[in-house]
Amino acid sequence: MQAAGSTFTKRVSIAIHDKRLQAALAHASGGFVHKRAQQVAALPEFEALRERARDVKEHVLTNLDGYLERYEEQVTRQGGQVHWAATAEDARRIILEICRKADAKTVTKGKSMVSEEIGLNQALEAAGYEVVETDLGEYIIQLAKEPPSHIIVPAVHKTRQQVGDLFDLHHRPLGYTKHLTEVGEMVDEARQVLREHYFRADVGITGGNFLVAETGSSIIVTNEGNGDLTQTLARVHIVTSGIERVVPTLDDAVTFLRLLARSATGQEITSYVTLSTGPRRDDDLDGPQEYHVVLVDNGRSKMLGGPFREMLRCIRCGACLNHCPVYSSIGGHAYGWVYPGPMGSVLTPLINGLSAAYDLPNACTLNGRCQTVCPVKIPLPGLLRELRRQQFESGLTPAPIRLALRTWAALARRPRLYHLTMRIGVALLSLFGRRRGALAWLPLAGGWTDSRDLPAAQGRTFQQAWSARKGARP
Amino acid sequence: MRVGLFVTCLADLMRPSVAFAAVKLLQDAGCSVAVPSAQTCCGQPALNSGDSGDAREIARRVIESFEGFDAVVGPSGSCMGTLRHDYPALFAGEPAWRSRAEDLARRSHELFSFLVDVMKMERVDARHDGKVTYHDSCAGLREMGVRSQPRKLLASVKGLELVEMNGTEECCGFGGTFCVKYPEISTRMVDGKIAHIEASGASTVLGGDLGCLLNIAGRIKRRGLPVRVIHTAELLAGMGNRPAIGEAETT
Repeated sequence: MQAAGSTFTKRVSIAIHDKRLQAALAHASGGFVHKRAQQVAALPEFEALRERARDVKEHVLTNLDGYLERYEEQVTRQGGQVHWAATAEDARRIILEICRKADAKTVTKGKSMVSEEIGLNQALEAAGYEVVETDLGEYIIQLAKEPPSHIIVPAVHKTRQQVGDLFDLHHRPLGYTKHLTEVGEMVDEARQVLREHYFRADVGITGGNFLVAETGSSIIVTNEGNGDLTQTLARVHIVTSGIERVVPTLDDAVTFLRLLARSATGQEITSYVTLSTGPRRDDDLDGPQEYHVVLVDNGRSKMLGGPFREMLRCIRCGACLNHCPVYSSIGGHAYGWVYPGPMGSVLTPLINGLSAAYDLPNACTLNGRCQTVCPVKIPLPGLLRELRRQQFESGLTPAPIRLALRTWAALARRPRLYHLTMRIGVALLSLFGRRRGALAWLPLAGGWTDSRDLPAAQGRTFQQAWSARKGARP
Repeated sequence: MRVGLFVTCLADLMRPSVAFAAVKLLQDAGCSVAVPSAQTCCGQPALNSGDSGDAREIARRVIESFEGFDAVVGPSGSCMGTLRHDYPALFAGEPAWRSRAEDLARRSHELFSFLVDVMKMERVDARHDGKVTYHDSCAGLREMGVRSQPRKLLASVKGLELVEMNGTEECCGFGGTFCVKYPEISTRMVDGKIAHIEASGASTVLGGDLGCLLNIAGRIKRRGLPVRVIHTAELLAGMGNRPAIGEAETT
């Protein structure tokens, strides 16, 4: 799903001048950062957990085929069915086929970023199904016909006022006439509206935060309990998940659960952690009649053997978004696809192609804060720089930037010529800037001087002054 | 201790007083300081733009220039982080160069961490009357572990009161070529940083990387705010009363 605005720079500009978005971002990011820091401070073994989680993921990636086969065996043994989707298109086709066979009309959905990645809602709606998102944030943006702007809090860009207006528009025909201003009232009303859908749903689709190879279970974490109702009340439950989300044992899953909530929302644990293992058994009180897992590759296995392998450790906690100064400045929609922030800037070019998302790896200061908070220690800045290298090598870097770089580098490799050239440049910068101490404008430097003065150079280069001083005092 | 000063291209071109301050501090700590004239830049603009070929050639010049020194020290966490962490990886396919790069990496230090952690410097002889706040530059903080060392030395400056701002670990929006490629995001970020600086009540902001400081000072000057911006080394070397970054020479 593409966000509004045709180019990255244009979308950035819109986002930066959107006062409501800026207010929502300022409100959200500070809260998450603070809450996470409190949780980390209260858990002495947090660092040890990160190390362990990284090691478990590395072990899984090294033995991914084996664990996936084991997982499939267990799912099958429990009466479920695993489907393998090599591409987003395969995944959509498989899910549509399951819905068709189930003679479904209504589909409820728990929050799933993989379903966003494969464009599932559009495909289901195009095929005539009624699709209802049941996570409150996802429900809000579904009403607004927008993609998520955050992988954990999809409607983080919306203010309370905007949500009230959306509910007015969409709930009035259902008989809810009161204009709501309080969060509690909005949650209540959404719950009432959604409850009807759970009971009518033929198919319930959820994501899978973790897939447990030893038991064939899928695990979801939610704070609203919507995932439970989605997967328990429908006749058919479909789990959509990336192939990298498999973990060996339930014990391993617990390691990740301890990291996930703390990193994501600054909670010790989410309100609900739900395991589902196969369809309803004879002595079960409830549960779906069919249980399907659609395992999505969509570029992941290609990452496995290359320089981006470490990205497959990602557990989609969103900590890198919350701590990213660029994300905090522009929000998620400016990134242009479903995964924003540092993790999205790595994933989007890998899934959609280097040229499809040229700006994302470049629009980063490499400040490294994302890496320090990542629960599985993904070296995100390094991966972004590797993407820049691949862009440069494949000729995607724009010609003016290449020319400037090569010219500068040709000088930097020749110290005598470099120092001579720089002396002249510095003398000029100093001459023009000395009186004010800074330059308000410089030819070809609008990127700097449109919003900043350029502090004047002091006059001589250090090398020049140093050799003069050495000459004077040998 | 024979130290080779890695001047950094920004100090060389824009603000030589930072490099002179570094020389003074190193000499006060008992080092003998030399400045190889064949150095230009660490190569980060190329490296961070994906041009690893040029970055590698620049790295070769740096490696050659600084062979034989006990330590290589520079007044920037960013440049020294490149020497320490990025050079070895550039020579993955050239074992001989790789070991030379690793040797340089082992000897490379950011100025304040070198003074405090290696030279065991406890205090400086400097005076600065007023409130200052300190911006933790990202590469220094996260790649080179620079946090307590400049604060320790600042605590010994007579008359100085250090007030910590909120968000001291947040990026200022410089990011090398980032600031000119994405000026709107960069400006939004530096305005956030400046809001924290102003809220701290400090009249001077210090930092350990000229890139950040030029960015912060350039925006402060454009907005006409009364905050001085100087490199921590200048203040520690007793040169804090010179015109600050972006201020007119008083002569």
